[in-house]
Amino acid sequence: MSGDTAKIVMKDVHKSFGSKHVLNGIDLTVERGTSMVIIGGSGTGKSVALKCILGLIHADSGSILVDGVETMGMSDRERNAMMGKFGMLFQGGALFDSLPVWHNVAFGLIHGQGMSLKQARDIAVDKLKSVGLGSQVANLFPAELSGGMQKRVSLARAIATEPEIIFFDEPTTGLDPIMADVINNLIVECVKNLGATALTITHDMASVRKIADHVSMIYEGKMIWTGGVDRLDDSGNPYVDQFIHGRAQGPITKHAHMA
Amino acid sequence: MAKDSSKNIPIGHTPKSSFHPVTIVLDMCQGAGRSLLDLADSIGRLGLFTGKVLAACVTPPLYLKHILRQFMNIGFYSLAVVGMTALFSGMVLALQSYTGFSRFNAEGAVASVVVLSITRELAPVLAGLMVAGRIGASIAAEIGTMRVTEQIDALTTLSVNPIKYLVVPRVMAGVIMMPILVLIADIIGVMGGYLVGVHVLGFSASGYITQTWDFVEPIDVISGLVKAGVFGFIVTLLGCYNGYNSGRGAQGVGAATTNAVVSASILILIFNYFLTQAFFS
Repeated sequence: MSGDTAKIVMKDVHKSFGSKHVLNGIDLTVERGTSMVIIGGSGTGKSVALKCILGLIHADSGSILVDGVETMGMSDRERNAMMGKFGMLFQGGALFDSLPVWHNVAFGLIHGQGMSLKQARDIAVDKLKSVGLGSQVANLFPAELSGGMQKRVSLARAIATEPEIIFFDEPTTGLDPIMADVINNLIVECVKNLGATALTITHDMASVRKIADHVSMIYEGKMIWTGGVDRLDDSGNPYVDQFIHGRAQGPITKHAHMA
Repeated sequence: MAKDSSKNIPIGHTPKSSFHPVTIVLDMCQGAGRSLLDLADSIGRLGLFTGKVLAACVTPPLYLKHILRQFMNIGFYSLAVVGMTALFSGMVLALQSYTGFSRFNAEGAVASVVVLSITRELAPVLAGLMVAGRIGASIAAEIGTMRVTEQIDALTTLSVNPIKYLVVPRVMAGVIMMPILVLIADIIGVMGGYLVGVHVLGFSASGYITQTWDFVEPIDVISGLVKAGVFGFIVTLLGCYNGYNSGRGAQGVGAATTNAVVSASILILIFNYFLTQAFFS
């Protein structure tokens, strides 16, 4: 997986926090219009990898290409312009609690694209409808919503600007299985409708099987396996096998005990 | 009976928790060096942050609605706290200076001492400290919570510069509203001295006002207002800086809030000295 069809390419990306090496030479390619899911245990560097692509964390070394353009060492202005391509659903929603729901959804349109309030509000209500929330929710504040509804609002915000690339950071964490499935369906639908490239990080295997075209497993800051979702069950990789079956016994536990 | 563990230590082996004088001195040097490096690191980070904020203040876009909202938060809602502080400071100052000066038969200087102390020192410093407690803490807690809940990251992904959106409106409001607050505090503080002077200490109303007016000069008021602008910058900048760089969780936000108030209060007192020296020495 590489070449002109690649939307995101990470090559030998390293990131350390003090003496702790979180990314130890990550290599990842996400093809245009496909859905890549990164799996891996807690603290293996999934979120850091994702934030390095967005520039929220600066990688120490390596190369990160978006649409073939090197993003390492980009100026703030260039990066700000590039951000228009991205939408992101944060793990905790990250909704602005001082703003009503509609303004949260329309935020990127108003402040990022300079759209008028009325037009942005109409689009926000449409986007809320597309994630199954009625217009009566638009004037509520995030604190008045349940966890599932907050995720939907966050999803609506992520797709409001119709981005080319959407990141999902553990989209089903903290949700009941039914609501998790609803969110998974919405993600698949939204990504398909937009024709966007999606990059998701999750532990939730049901989510992986529903969302992913390709899966990559991260372990100790490196990608140790990448393949199609249909190959997940016969990957031949003992780390992947252990992780997807949620076994306590296996190379991951052994190593963790030794560390 | 306690066992003598030193008997088990092999010859030539130095235990980790040795109380050897050289080790103690080395440990102290290491600690001092680490503190010095941390201080240099913090000053460097604060300097970079300040540069970013100043650059963002003079480049579009400016979020005018947010700036006006912060005018209300920092200026209008601090009026009661600053006003009460100024009123009672003026009253106490009149009482104290009367009891002190009466020993030298200099009671007539009460009005002039009140007005000079209030305009030059008490109003800007006390207002600065009160606003550091009220606004600095609230800014650090609010922005710190936004950091912890990834709302600041969300701003970036929505193509909005968090410094421009969160920090610039607060810093601008601090620099503009603090002098206005201090001007009001000047008037209320002098009025407090007048109330005590006339109704408690028996000065004539016209005599008190005349003496106040005769002694006060424009530079007394202007120096206080300049100080207020600087203190407003310090309070809001440090509130934003500590919140923006808040650690994780409730403990991180708590520490950011404490640091914002403590560092702003100390810097207010330090800058007060240098500004006073610049104006009056």
